[in-house]
Amino acid sequence: MGDVITLLGAGLLQAFEPLNLFMIFAGCLAGLFIGAMPGLGSVNGVAILLPVTFLVPPTAAIIFLAALYYGAMYGGAISSITLGIPGASTAVATVFDGRPMAQSGRADQALTAAAIASFIGGSISVVLFTLFAPPLAEFALKFGPHEEFALMILAFATFIGLGGDDIPKTIFSILLGLVMAAVGFDIITGQPRLVFFDLVEFQRGIGFLVLAIGIYGIGEMLWTLENTKGKVQVQAVNVTWQRFKKNLGYIKEYLPTTALGSALGFFVGTLPAAGATPASLMSYGLAKTFSKDPDSFGKGNVSGVAAPEAANNAASTGSMLPMITLGIPGSPTTAILLGGMIIWGLRPGPLLFQNEADFVWGLIGSMYVANFVTVALNLALIPIFVRVLAMPFTVLTPIIFILCFVGVFATTDRMFDVWLMLILGLGGYLLRKLNYPVAPAVLAIVLGPLAERSLRQSLISSRGDATSFVSPTDHPIALICILIAIALIIYPTVLSIRRKRLKSANDGEG
Amino acid sequence: MSTRRAELLMAIGMLLFSLSLMWSVWADGLHIGWVEERGPGAGAWPFWLSFGMALTCLWTLVRWYKGTTPESRNTGSYIDTESFGLVMISFAALTVMIFLVNIVGTYIAVFLFLGFYMRFLGNHRWSTTLVMCFGAVFFIYFLFEWQLTKYLPKGWPIFEEGFLWIDNFRWEYLM
Repeated sequence: MGDVITLLGAGLLQAFEPLNLFMIFAGCLAGLFIGAMPGLGSVNGVAILLPVTFLVPPTAAIIFLAALYYGAMYGGAISSITLGIPGASTAVATVFDGRPMAQSGRADQALTAAAIASFIGGSISVVLFTLFAPPLAEFALKFGPHEEFALMILAFATFIGLGGDDIPKTIFSILLGLVMAAVGFDIITGQPRLVFFDLVEFQRGIGFLVLAIGIYGIGEMLWTLENTKGKVQVQAVNVTWQRFKKNLGYIKEYLPTTALGSALGFFVGTLPAAGATPASLMSYGLAKTFSKDPDSFGKGNVSGVAAPEAANNAASTGSMLPMITLGIPGSPTTAILLGGMIIWGLRPGPLLFQNEADFVWGLIGSMYVANFVTVALNLALIPIFVRVLAMPFTVLTPIIFILCFVGVFATTDRMFDVWLMLILGLGGYLLRKLNYPVAPAVLAIVLGPLAERSLRQSLISSRGDATSFVSPTDHPIALICILIAIALIIYPTVLSIRRKRLKSANDGEG
Repeated sequence: MSTRRAELLMAIGMLLFSLSLMWSVWADGLHIGWVEERGPGAGAWPFWLSFGMALTCLWTLVRWYKGTTPESRNTGSYIDTESFGLVMISFAALTVMIFLVNIVGTYIAVFLFLGFYMRFLGNHRWSTTLVMCFGAVFFIYFLFEWQLTKYLPKGWPIFEEGFLWIDNFRWEYLM
């Protein structure tokens, strides 16, 4: 424990270095702005702005992106409340009570509650992160290729079991991402594979950033254009110092559900497919269940705003835990962060704590600081963000498109990748319209090379014996991961059969 | 096109794509099985993943036939007819911009794209449009070429030479 406090102290000192502090401010501000814009969330912001971070050292870069991630979670509530459109899927639950509050002239109370709850969620989760990360990383040092591959299977299985999307389409998305990661030279024999139309450009492979920016930049904007038709109506917000002080007085009303939502959000956030969206919905459900007045939910109950906001912020921190300690991203945003870390020459995973302690503890320290900075910026700039929301789509859309193009070219130096981004963006948009989830593909393209390497190393070391993955004596951790993965894959089928039986039983009674 | 038909066409398209991936691995002569002393062949991973993709597409087709998925029962329009034009114009404008980058370079293409989008789709005033266009071009130049030292495409030589004096000015007076 003493070591953790010393290292955390060093991390905090690092976070207060002028460049890092500037990056925290810039990241929080950018995140608040991106999170507030309808249709844009942390994943879009991190994907589009990742190329810009090559300007600064890796620690400052990850601090900027982590702060952006944080800020976007806060910002999502602003559009949920004032527009009735979630800034991102993570803020969907905030609309349920946030919008009715705004319509009844209590937008400022909802926005204050969202900011304070986000702060509480962020604070509790960052403490949990500090406590859990070092022992988990130490435990993960025992992992070999068998355990690594089994862990990746588990990560993909969570998408199938807990993602809530169509199962064959989810599996297709995972496999597509893995295949895209396999384009280029074989990692062991060096033979070229999947060089489409004999284009030499494919020999360099398909970069994860090309796919991520295509899907979350181009595809997402097309999706937003179609769904909002470029029209939004901002609800007026009356912000005065007196009203703000009065709003702070409501904290005791939502403090218990906020604390509960924070702990729940953190643990749900650590699961790769779960993340902030289900965490916030579950937290909303819990708040309603434990409320003395559940009927007021959906009609403007302040706890209905605070509970999901605390959970989505806590989940964003939780999703970083498996990324940093195991090298397995907990959300699409952390999948892109993980890809960025690989580009910066770092290998996320247990060794990161040993080899790059400054980097890890600098990041953890920055999370504490970013939490304070974001809540201060959020509360101080509410009137400005509400005005920014009125920005016409005919300004925002082309700017995002331009940033996507420049971002991809600046990273890869190839116009070929820009065209590929365009095609993948359109493809992602068309697939998403048919309920094909795109997040598993992004996760898979990041984990693809690692998954293939660990599978082949495992098979070579066990001389082709695939049962070595489930050997209770040699690889018990791998066996546990595989068993949980199987349970997760079977779970939706069992649930579906039970529902069908219940339905037919009810029909029979009727 | 209805969502139901789009679901069918997408599943068939993805099935053919998966089969073409398997064919590509096979045609390149890559081993898809176990190679003695060397482990799984270079083609094993992509081949069996593509095979899995093909199976999931068949699964989706069966579900489409049975009407299990919500999309297979949805006879409504695949893309909202009201916003179809907006989506298509936006995508076409972006495609033209990327095409123009090879000819007139990044900055002129970005200027034209932003100008078109703001003036003709957004009906913004010329003054606002021009301020945004020049601002965006300056921002990109400052951030990417100046700070990140990334050389963005300048197009055909005639346009590239036009930018040389800006670079020279920067190197001589501002560095």
